[in-house]
Amino acid sequence: MLDLSRIFGRKNNSKDAAKDRLKLVLVHDRANVSPEFLKTIKDEIMQVLAKYMDVTDGELDINITTAQSEDGKSRVPAITANIPIKSIKQK
Amino acid sequence: MSQVIVITSGKGGVGKTTTTANLGVGLAKLGKKVVLIDTDIGLRNLDVVLGLENRIVYDLVDVVTGVCKPKQAAIKDKRFDGLFLIPAAQTKDKDAVTVEQMQELCEKLKKEYDFIIIDCPAGIEQGFKNAIAGADKALIVTTPEVSAVRDADRIIGLLEANEIYDHYLIINRIRPDMVRRGDMMNVDDIMEILNINLIGIVPDDQDIIVSTNKGEPAVVNPKSMAGQGYRNITERLNGNNVPLMDLDSNTLLGKIKKIFSKKQ
Repeated sequence: MLDLSRIFGRKNNSKDAAKDRLKLVLVHDRANVSPEFLKTIKDEIMQVLAKYMDVTDGELDINITTAQSEDGKSRVPAITANIPIKSIKQK
Repeated sequence: MSQVIVITSGKGGVGKTTTTANLGVGLAKLGKKVVLIDTDIGLRNLDVVLGLENRIVYDLVDVVTGVCKPKQAAIKDKRFDGLFLIPAAQTKDKDAVTVEQMQELCEKLKKEYDFIIIDCPAGIEQGFKNAIAGADKALIVTTPEVSAVRDADRIIGLLEANEIYDHYLIINRIRPDMVRRGDMMNVDDIMEILNINLIGIVPDDQDIIVSTNKGEPAVVNPKSMAGQGYRNITERLNGNNVPLMDLDSNTLLGKIKKIFSKKQ
C-alpha cells in the first residue's frame, strides 16, 4: 500500500538511534558483564600483549558489542578490541 | 480455570496501575469475577485509580497476617458487577508480606475468582518478588522508550529465572504521529528486540488522564482509543482472538485507506 510517510519526512529517524542504543545496552545486560569482569579481561589481554609488543595501557579499548553471525541471519555477541601498538618487540 | 496474572514492568510510571485497573474493569464487564491486588505497599495507588479510596477498611497486610479474611478486605466495586479490590497497606513496610504468604493467598483466591490480577510495584526488590510469587502468567508493560524497553528485558529474564514462562508484552503510550515520522519505535521494532509475545498495544490517549482524574477507567469509554486497546487485551485474556488495533485509523490517511479497502 502507498505509504506517504516513506516518501516524505524520512530524514531524522531518532527511533533508529533508540533501537541501536537499546540493542547494544541489552547485549551487556543479557551477558551480565560487570565492569570489574571486563577490567579483568582487559588486564589479562594487556599482560599477554606486553610480552610481544609495546602498548599503552590507557589507549586500550575493549567492548562487548554485537556482530553479524556467520550465516548472516542474526546478531551475536562479540568482543571488539582497539589496541594501538607503539612498537613490536623483536626477538 | 482461574488465572493469576501479574502486571509488571521494572520501570516506574509506564502504566502498570492504569493497566491493572482497566483490565480488571474490562474483564468484569465480560462477566468474569475478578479481584485486583495492589502489592505496592507504602505507595498504594490502585484504589484511587479505581475511585475506591474512600471504602478501604482492611488491606493486603491484614489479609496475609490473618487480621481479616480475604473476603472482608476485598472491596466490591458497586459500578462493575464482579470486580473486587484488595488494597495495599499504606503505612507499612515492603517486608510486611512474604513470598510464601502471597502464594498461599493466590491459591485461596483461585477458588473464589476467575481472574486474580496483581499490580506489581516498580523495581526488582522484595515487592516484585512478592507480586510474582503466586502468578501463573505475567503481562509486562512497556512504553516505546529505551529505558522502559531495557527494564522490560530485565524483567523477562527475572520472570524466567522464577519459572514464569507464560509472559506477554503490552506496549503502552504509542503515539502514531511520532511513529509515522520515525521518532518513536514502532511495535515491530520493539518486538524485534524483546524475546516475548505481544498481547496488545495501547495508544497514548488524553482520556486516560481525564478518566484517572475521575476514578473511572477508560476501558468503559467507547470513544477512548486507549480504552479500545484495553478492551482488546481483555478479549485476548478471555481466549478470543481479536486483531491488533490499527493505529492509523484516526488519521486522514487512515480514513482514506479505510474507504478504499471497503470498496474492494
